[in-house]
Amino acid sequence: MQVNENKEFQPLIVAFCCNWCSYAGADLAGTNRLNYPDNIKIIRVPCSCRVNPMFILRAFQRGADGVILCGCHPGDCHYTSGNYFTRRRMTLLFSMLDFLGIERDRTRVEWVSAAEGAKFAATMNEFTEAVKKLGPNRRLEDLRCRKQ
Amino acid sequence: MQEAMINKAKQLLADGIVDRVIGWKRGEFVYDITPAIFETAEELEKDFVYDDFTAANVSKYLVKESKKEGKILAFLKPCDTYSFNQLIKEHRVVRENVYIVGIPGGPKLDAEKIKEKGITGILSVKNENYTLKIETVYGEETMPFYEAVLDKCASCKSKKHMIYDELLGEEGDVLDSNRFDMVEKLENMTAQERYDFWREQLSKCIRCNACRNVCPACTCEKCVFDNPDSGIENKAPADSFEENMFHIIRAFHVAGRCTDCGECSRVCPQNIPLHLLNRKFIKDINTFYGEYQAGEDTTSRAPLNEYKQSDCEANIVHERGAE
Repeated sequence: MQVNENKEFQPLIVAFCCNWCSYAGADLAGTNRLNYPDNIKIIRVPCSCRVNPMFILRAFQRGADGVILCGCHPGDCHYTSGNYFTRRRMTLLFSMLDFLGIERDRTRVEWVSAAEGAKFAATMNEFTEAVKKLGPNRRLEDLRCRKQ
Repeated sequence: MQEAMINKAKQLLADGIVDRVIGWKRGEFVYDITPAIFETAEELEKDFVYDDFTAANVSKYLVKESKKEGKILAFLKPCDTYSFNQLIKEHRVVRENVYIVGIPGGPKLDAEKIKEKGITGILSVKNENYTLKIETVYGEETMPFYEAVLDKCASCKSKKHMIYDELLGEEGDVLDSNRFDMVEKLENMTAQERYDFWREQLSKCIRCNACRNVCPACTCEKCVFDNPDSGIENKAPADSFEENMFHIIRAFHVAGRCTDCGECSRVCPQNIPLHLLNRKFIKDINTFYGEYQAGEDTTSRAPLNEYKQSDCEANIVHERGAE
């Protein structure tokens, strides 16, 4: 007997979530029993501006097919202004990745507050679908890190 | 020009206004001009060079030199003054220890472009009415001046000195340059074409780190590329990923601080057009956050060190036209 379901490409997605809003948002999605795909691997960071461009690139190097960065809504940052800096940095980084011909839909920034469990689940579902459509990350992968 | 500069330097040394001079001297070949420190009039007389190949930006050397005892005289071209201003803004140089003489800039010549024409064994190069008379070991050759101009000079952004104590020659103007043309051309390609273009270019990288070492904005004492734990430490790239990562990170670390002096592309032994990455950041900063020229002044904040509540969202990149 053949199991066809498992043949579909399952992307690996890294989600950087800020401790104060998005991580709590993910928690809320869990306690509300909302479904989001198990392709998402959450990494908790103190603030979205903790994430520097190296984090994003290194995630791709280690086999991620998509990277999403979640933080508090602009104006709601626990540290007052961290996410404003994130916003500028990531805009430039994503634009540069696009410039180098790397699929721009593999990266995303989303603002998710602690009360938005539903938004968290919806965003993750949608992002996973988008990355699934793109297929495996080939343009920014490190062959040495590929699992056989 | 060279004579006037030597005389100026000798005079300032004799008057005791400066103790040292940073200028250029000739290396093994005529087109091989490298920055050097001069301490006496005799040394200046013997080795000081300023010609069409003198493209090196000496601003970065002043980070170390200005911290030494005594005052140093630096001859800065317009593009170098932007870099110097940016270093002042970042508190990397001691302004009081530097005496700046502004000198007219390029266009400067690229020896590689002369060699591309099949002209080798160059002994001397003379510019006569914008025709280069090149004396080689195989005889004399000529070529048009503007075909041998450095890429960075071909799209010069300014002939105006941003900072100086004294000027030799005339004050220039900020130019209306075409420096974003190539970036725009790439932007209008498809993602696949861009990917192929950059693979072709970046796969040439041998990680010599010349682009990092020459960059006047790269002045960290501890560099991420020297850290063995960074995953991107100094070694030849073993995978295409490492090539991409090095160049993205290098360009990103100077985003908002790069004055577009073009030294990175000039020193690249593999002729990778690295300045395109920096220009892409400059262009994006201009479109997203308003016109900004690093090194224009010493007081404004760098675009990545400030924010506005009305900034665009990062997803603007995804919403831009077709792939």
